[in-house]
Amino acid sequence: MCYIKVVTVKNRNYKKWLTILAVAVLATGTSSCVTVRATGDLGIVIERATGSVQIIETTNRTVLGRVDKLGDLSHASVVYSRDQKYAYVFGRDGGLTKIDLTSRSIDKRVLQAGNSIGGAISTNGRLIAVSNYKPGGVRVFSAETLELVADIPATYDKQGRRSKVVGLVDAPGQKFVFSLFDAGEIWVADFSKSNQPDITKFRQIGNQPYDALISPEGRYYIAGLFGEDGLALLDLWHQDAGVKRILNGYGRGKKKLPVYKMPHLEGWAIAGGYTFVPAVGLHEVLVINRSNWREKKRIAVYGQPVFVMASPDQRKVWVNFAFPNNDTVQVIDTETLKVVKQIKPGKAVMHMEFTPRGEEVWVSVRDENLVKVYDTSTYNVTALLKMKKPSGIFMSARAHRIGL
Amino acid sequence: MRKARRAWLLFCISILTPTAMAEITVSRQVELKNLLEQDCGSCHGLTLKGGLGPALTIDAMKKKPRAVMLATISDGRPGTPMPPWKNILTAEEIAWLLDVLYKGSYREK
Repeated sequence: MCYIKVVTVKNRNYKKWLTILAVAVLATGTSSCVTVRATGDLGIVIERATGSVQIIETTNRTVLGRVDKLGDLSHASVVYSRDQKYAYVFGRDGGLTKIDLTSRSIDKRVLQAGNSIGGAISTNGRLIAVSNYKPGGVRVFSAETLELVADIPATYDKQGRRSKVVGLVDAPGQKFVFSLFDAGEIWVADFSKSNQPDITKFRQIGNQPYDALISPEGRYYIAGLFGEDGLALLDLWHQDAGVKRILNGYGRGKKKLPVYKMPHLEGWAIAGGYTFVPAVGLHEVLVINRSNWREKKRIAVYGQPVFVMASPDQRKVWVNFAFPNNDTVQVIDTETLKVVKQIKPGKAVMHMEFTPRGEEVWVSVRDENLVKVYDTSTYNVTALLKMKKPSGIFMSARAHRIGL
Repeated sequence: MRKARRAWLLFCISILTPTAMAEITVSRQVELKNLLEQDCGSCHGLTLKGGLGPALTIDAMKKKPRAVMLATISDGRPGTPMPPWKNILTAEEIAWLLDVLYKGSYREK
């Protein structure tokens, strides 16, 4: 029960007034009437140039507030605690920040490395792993305290050289899976027995794995290769079978086009029995048949694809592109495998994120300082939100999805 | 006819003022700085301290000969993710960006 008691004070002593006011505020603050903003429909938009994030909500499409002092957020990403109270932000400068979504403030922050690329949260929600370029490797922290739990240097040769680590994801059974860009290896770190992980290394998986994804059920880990045409596939149900090359030489005979932005594979789409992935150096989306991991089709698109994202209903795949074609988004029908729509959100489309059930998609348009919300059935813009150089958008619904 | 006349006029101007070609408008400079920070920054870091690509800070630039940098930006570096920019930027624009990198003036607003 919430009420405000009106206190009449005859004595006009200023200090006394203040004390009474403070007590009243304290009383209402601790009573059951405090408005709690639930967090299941929230999201975070990275403002890359200012080292800040905007906390948004998708029910009324509004901005709730900004949290700043997060460091260098070029190439930043976010994972969520399973109670959706906390967001963990991974910054380029090695910063790992735990944000409380309810108070919209920094709960804890550590500078854990010199140069980082991304992170993941463990199956049970207790561990946070960060993949680092400098020093090359993975560091694992307590999700609660951000204290260091394990350090996994990505040392790959006798000289002790360390590789940049990319494509870090969580996998069922308290595992983290990641790829070594400089070494061409995939490592699986198993934390199920203790915080001293069992590490399985798969060597010579291909030249320059640049990012990876895990299928939604957490079974298949697929790393994209930059240094050669193909993908490396690891079936985590049958790790003994090793890493298999798929779509080997998909660009054979074709002239490679320059790639002005690395594709991102976190958003690789798996829809309708097909997997949709960006080609590297070709203006094509590759369609892989999941029953035999062979190429089904190539879809010619507007530019070098960066994100290839399936809508939650798996009916459509939305694609954005690298510089200089980054003003455009194309939509592919997963049944006909054809481009059915092209839109021009504006200069420098960085990322797209669907609402949890996919009726809308949030699109960041960096150089217009805007986030545009589209209705996914009509392609109409339903909201425009002003932000400073927005890039990644991460909805709190990710909290309950394997690999995100 | 008009096109030919304009071309002739431009030709005359270019002979009379050879440095005019190298000048980059203020609005283009803003665009180029944004490109450096945001697009180069996606691999080299927003603060140019490095990422997938090496650091391009003023200290890092001291060890990099200008001719090598010019070739790298123009033609890319085969075997690495660095793409060629000569189809996107003019030679003057690449030279101007190099000046910015060597002077470390990319953070000036």
